[in-house]
Amino acid sequence: MEVHGELWTLKELFVYPNEYIYWALQIVMYPLMTGLVAGAFVLSSLYHVFDRKELKEMSRFSLIFSYALLLAAPMPLLFHLLQPLRGFYVFLTPHFTSAIAAFGVVFFSYAGLVASEIWFVERRFFVQSAQRLRNASGIANKVKGFIYRAWSLGAYDISEEALRKDGKVIRVLAGIGVPVACFLHGYAGFIFGSVKANALWMTPLMPVIFIMSAIVSGIALCMLTYIIVLEINRLKSKRMKKLLPLEESGGVEMDIIKMTSKYLVFFMVIAVTLEFLDLVFRGYTAVKHWDILRTVIYERDFFNIFILQYGIGNLIPLVMLIMPGLTKRRAIIALILILIGVFMMRWNVVVGGQSFSLTLSGYMHYKIPIIPQNFETYKEGIIGALTIISLPFIFLWILSKVIPLTKEE
Amino acid sequence: MSRRDFLKTGLMVGAGLGLSSILGKDILSSAGIITPKRWVFLVDTFKCVGCGLCVRACKLENEIPYDVPVTRTWVERYVVKKDGTVLADSPYGGRDGYLINNPQGIVVPQEDIAKAFFVPKLCNQCTNPPCVQVCPVGATYQTNDGVVLVDRKWCIGCGYCIMACPYGVRFFHPVHKVAEKCNFCYHRITKGMKPACEDACPFGARHIGDINDPAHPVADIIKTQRVSVLKDEFGTKPSVYYLGYDSLIR
Repeated sequence: MEVHGELWTLKELFVYPNEYIYWALQIVMYPLMTGLVAGAFVLSSLYHVFDRKELKEMSRFSLIFSYALLLAAPMPLLFHLLQPLRGFYVFLTPHFTSAIAAFGVVFFSYAGLVASEIWFVERRFFVQSAQRLRNASGIANKVKGFIYRAWSLGAYDISEEALRKDGKVIRVLAGIGVPVACFLHGYAGFIFGSVKANALWMTPLMPVIFIMSAIVSGIALCMLTYIIVLEINRLKSKRMKKLLPLEESGGVEMDIIKMTSKYLVFFMVIAVTLEFLDLVFRGYTAVKHWDILRTVIYERDFFNIFILQYGIGNLIPLVMLIMPGLTKRRAIIALILILIGVFMMRWNVVVGGQSFSLTLSGYMHYKIPIIPQNFETYKEGIIGALTIISLPFIFLWILSKVIPLTKEE
Repeated sequence: MSRRDFLKTGLMVGAGLGLSSILGKDILSSAGIITPKRWVFLVDTFKCVGCGLCVRACKLENEIPYDVPVTRTWVERYVVKKDGTVLADSPYGGRDGYLINNPQGIVVPQEDIAKAFFVPKLCNQCTNPPCVQVCPVGATYQTNDGVVLVDRKWCIGCGYCIMACPYGVRFFHPVHKVAEKCNFCYHRITKGMKPACEDACPFGARHIGDINDPAHPVADIIKTQRVSVLKDEFGTKPSVYYLGYDSLIR
């Protein structure tokens, strides 16, 4: 018989008997996913609210991707719960002094908001498709036609006047969405920042740091997926023996990538500045737990924090993106490195926060389960994490069947 | 008596009875006629010899599998060497007693030891419990007499309470797969019995008491002697008091 956490925790020196790494890989995945949701949405709102015309193409894509990510966001939590079938109790008896209890409210309000924004953005497409497929033959087309008719919700007016009104609503929704997205992720940061028992987590900066790195991760993933989706389209049209002229074949427009990467760099600088502020402040004030924190940050987790997170995940991609003459290949590598960096940031917070004991005189080492021995090591292991990370792409693929991801058809 | 009068009187009597049963206790306690119970625990570290009987008794009483390292209560061993090195441990919560002088697996010669002591630990039943605060579904709650309980049927197993406890007393029950912790043997103390650990302790190191009962010896010791609580800086206001506290205690 094993206790939860025993299979992947190695203890050193003086650790309380009940202490284990209870919050493992799925809790690293959870803020990563909600962060991607929030970041993708903020990116799409940059166009709608702040009228960044250069982001128009990216905005449409990231809005839909944000929704796909949102659908997958609760999954890490469900994987993590020891009683997953009771997960819905959070909605039945939410205990509002708990940060996690806010999940239901925030999640559903945010999901409703993004869904309605997508509806307004895509309304013209729904109506046009519904009309186009009204008398279509074939089961697939009939089903599609039915879906579009249902989604148009009977609002068939797509005159200039009506679309202009839609635009206004979209702007309002996107405007409300930005603080809601920040709240969605800020509260994930609050879950950690408010745990006074944990010396590494407890800082009021935690929600802000989480929001900034969330925006970074969201923009990076959207850019990366955008490039990949367009490249796939380009390859497909190449295979069609260049039936389409080049400008319609969907090659990556580097201007969009360059412009978006500027926003990415901006948010990255803020995120890293805040993280360093936190680190400097802890060292400068050096309260009781600094002794053990120092050994964790500068010795035991040095590679994870300073090499993987700040070096490979922040510094190198920052230089790559700032250097003039950004190419597609360089952008792809930089974006992958940034995503690794954000993952490592989540890892260093979640696992790093549990790598020392509450005794402040002992350590715990997380031995990540690679090959699952049972359901528990599957859920909290690499395979479980890969399952989770593949979900938004599956949802995106399903959504792409009915909503165009890039250009309007 | 008319039917109308009968109903009127009946309703009034019923309402009066209902109200008094709801408010009665509060009224009586606010008037100083009865005082509500407030459970506290006193640990006398001077008396603990680290035999581990309390840990074993607790495991049996509360059905925590014997062979798992987690436990509702445990005993820590502290050995301070003359050069100032502190060696502390609690293998299996001290379940098997400390028979060999090998803290953290290091054999310390008798002449090198400056001081050594044992510290029993259990849930502090905080007056301001962080575990109750963070439970997203309200499965962990505080009773009126100051004990924090877990509703096994409602816990979703998120582990937030385990993370929030500064004392590391919580864990996941290996069988029920929900949050678990010491509750002062609530099922016993509410029936006038003592907690299993106190009953099992041959040296009188553990005592349950009611802080609001001035005649209770535990309340008397806490009020009149120099006692300390663990990790005061977290503002949790623990209900477990220690005699013979040392700043080395973690």
